[in-house]
Amino acid sequence: MAKELWKGNEAIAEAAIRAGCRCYFGYPITPQSEIPEYMSLHMPKAGGIFLQSESEIAAINMVYGAAGAGARVMTSSSSPGISLKQEGISYMCGAELPGVIVNVMRGGPGLGTIQPAQGDYFQATRGGGNGDYRLIVFAPANIQEVVDLMQEAFELADRYRMPVMMLLDGMIGQMMEPIEWKKPPVSPDDLPKKSWATTGTKGEREPNIINSLFISPEACNAHNHRLEDKYRRVIANEQRYETNDTDGAKIIFVAYGTPARLARAAAGILEKEGIKAGVFRPITVWPYPYEALHQVAAQESVKAVVTVEMSTGQMVDDVRIGVNGVKPVSFVGQAGGVVPTPREVANAALKALGR
Amino acid sequence: MAYHEIIVAGFGGQGVMSIGTTMSEAAMAQGLNVSWLPSYGPEMRGGTANCSVVIADTEIISPIVLEPSELIAMNQPSLDKFEPTVKPGGLILVNESIVERKVKRDDVRIVYVPSLEIASELGNMRVANMAMLGAYIEATKFLKFETVVDMLRNIFTSKKAHLVELNEVALQRGAACVRL
Amino acid sequence: MAIVYQRSKGLADIETHYCPGCTHGIIHRLVAETLEELGVLGNTVGVAPVGCSVFAYDYFNCDMQEAAHGRAPAVATGIKRVLPDKVVFTYQGDGDLAAIGTGEITHAAMRGENITTVFVNNAIYGMTGGQMAPTTLVGQRATTAPLGRDKSHAGSPIRIAEMLATIDGAAYIERVTVTSPANVMRAKRAIKKAFELQIEGRGFTLIEVLSTCPTNWGLTPVKALEWLNENMIPVFPLGVYKDITKEA
Ligand SMILES: Cc1ncc(C[n+]2csc(CCOP(=O)(O)OP(=O)(O)O)c2C)c(N)n1
Ligand code: SF4
Ligand SMILES: [Mg+2]
Repeated sequence: MAKELWKGNEAIAEAAIRAGCRCYFGYPITPQSEIPEYMSLHMPKAGGIFLQSESEIAAINMVYGAAGAGARVMTSSSSPGISLKQEGISYMCGAELPGVIVNVMRGGPGLGTIQPAQGDYFQATRGGGNGDYRLIVFAPANIQEVVDLMQEAFELADRYRMPVMMLLDGMIGQMMEPIEWKKPPVSPDDLPKKSWATTGTKGEREPNIINSLFISPEACNAHNHRLEDKYRRVIANEQRYETNDTDGAKIIFVAYGTPARLARAAAGILEKEGIKAGVFRPITVWPYPYEALHQVAAQESVKAVVTVEMSTGQMVDDVRIGVNGVKPVSFVGQAGGVVPTPREVANAALKALGR
Repeated sequence: MAYHEIIVAGFGGQGVMSIGTTMSEAAMAQGLNVSWLPSYGPEMRGGTANCSVVIADTEIISPIVLEPSELIAMNQPSLDKFEPTVKPGGLILVNESIVERKVKRDDVRIVYVPSLEIASELGNMRVANMAMLGAYIEATKFLKFETVVDMLRNIFTSKKAHLVELNEVALQRGAACVRL
Repeated sequence: MAIVYQRSKGLADIETHYCPGCTHGIIHRLVAETLEELGVLGNTVGVAPVGCSVFAYDYFNCDMQEAAHGRAPAVATGIKRVLPDKVVFTYQGDGDLAAIGTGEITHAAMRGENITTVFVNNAIYGMTGGQMAPTTLVGQRATTAPLGRDKSHAGSPIRIAEMLATIDGAAYIERVTVTSPANVMRAKRAIKKAFELQIEGRGFTLIEVLSTCPTNWGLTPVKALEWLNENMIPVFPLGVYKDITKEA
């Protein structure tokens, strides 16, 4: 199929529609407003629902209701708006509701900046709302990967009955790249039936209840352990990552999203200076591919592991867990919309080698 | 073919973004890899805007351009800002109509394009961009004029078909500035 | 030579970032002049919203706090409760006040919070690039209503002045605009009255100002003023909606 030039945000929206999503609720915020804008025109054309909510809090609760009603549903926002969604996300996890949440990250904290950043990693992977819960979090690094993963995001959300987050940075949302639509579009009619959804009993079954309240400690404890079992299955089955030139490398860069591309540019610089460097790129940041990273880092050839982020250091905690002391782990990053340069990243590697 | 890292910069409303997207579309049509990254934000209100375009026949590693191989400077602040970043041996295209100074660097190729004069002679100010693009195509010689003209034919159909020729002439007039 | 226009001491001596012809600038000036004339600049704390006027914290020559999107009335409440003797105001757009912040403004009014709100209604989300606001007119195009606001889908514009006037805690509520010198003078009087009532401790005051957004309306500044007069005023009639000084 011919390649088409797409802007990241619009590609996300189109990919969702092609994934059979016919329901979108959202609120404008830079740098992701092209998602609701695209949806406002194309969702109705596809026979779906687009609604601009009065706030991100309302949007995520509309998602809650629609998911409970059995719809394949999505919302999107950027960092400050994602903060507002945390309560709803916690409730969705508690009530075991599927849905896709896109976060096109910008710099924080607070109002921060509209420029790209990755400061929401902890919020996405550790749970920004209350309670013991997890999200599946995809962190694609280019627009092709974004659209390829979108269908999977909805499928996993349905399979595990939990929200899935697409964690992007403003750069991926704003840039354009040629993409191919590899998978055929999914028809909403072919989606798996949701017997648990509140679609009316028609007098033929017991009422379905969507709820996260388990008032007795025993019941709440049991519910949490059930969720825990589910999360263990996700950990066992859904880790994704990519490696570039890591075999026999001296330096391993670990990065997700745009910084993974910068790390590859840095590896190119080091290569010219006679130092073999590779990049380990988690594609799911929860569940985190700890074991795969460990194996890469534990290779004889590896002298240092360098984490690259557009933050002051968040994922580096997971890198330390994965590497687990077998090699030194260091960090290089910039925050607030400043993007580290490949030279800066290469220098961090040289420093880690004691040069 | 080399790895082209291009910055197109100017005032918001000068068509900076569309020069970049037209290049990207053309490169893609020629089977090349491409990325287009805009500056975004309130600066677009009357301030400066720029986009970074990377075009290559190999995989594109990073979409961010720090040291362009080619700069298209549509206004003076853009030339001031990006001139020092251009790679030695690179190319600077200057929109001579509104940039008042000459390029200071002596280790780059320089082409001056009077884009507004060209556009006004052709009777349509909107084709100023096309003159810049024509100069770029001629100076770098990896995009084909036919590719862009084919794209124009797809954009300007029926009632607007006459605009194809106008744009084509603008491309050629820009290209002629390189041949001087 | 006589100086006919002097920048109010209430405004910082820096250039604003507003688009040419945007009436946010005039409204800033009216608030600043009022604070200056009432002699309370050094005694005032303002709260800036998230919207095109987000940088109001740099423009007003008094202490300022920047609030999260829509939360300015809650922030102002915090300030006023700690500093009851200070003059406290919020400056908010229609997305900020009438969408995400409807809860906060309603409850500030309900409590009779002794603050003044300057509510700039331009029927659009200016800052983020022209998306539909709760105040967008039926049929008006926006980037999230590409075919125009459809009443059956997105409802009709919300009338904040009328709505808040039903709340007992509201002391003074007026809707004004700044499309002509006469309207600007009326707007100035309204804003001044609101601040005077706050200083007298009379309760919650709000002035809704119909404002232009030439950039996102896709109109020249002059056409934008005409469009406002012809289209917005019929939907958002000017006038006083609540005035406790006139009540028995
Ligand atoms: C929680 C949150 N959601 C969304 C935004 C993005 N945002 C910034 S300004 C704005 C709307 C501003 O519109 P309005 O209040 O009408 O002010 P105007 O720019 O029109 O003056 C939005 C949605 C944000 N900053 N924070
Ligand atoms: S976008 Fe609209 S509201 Fe914002 S400064 Fe420009 S004209 Fe004013
Ligand atoms: Mg507004």
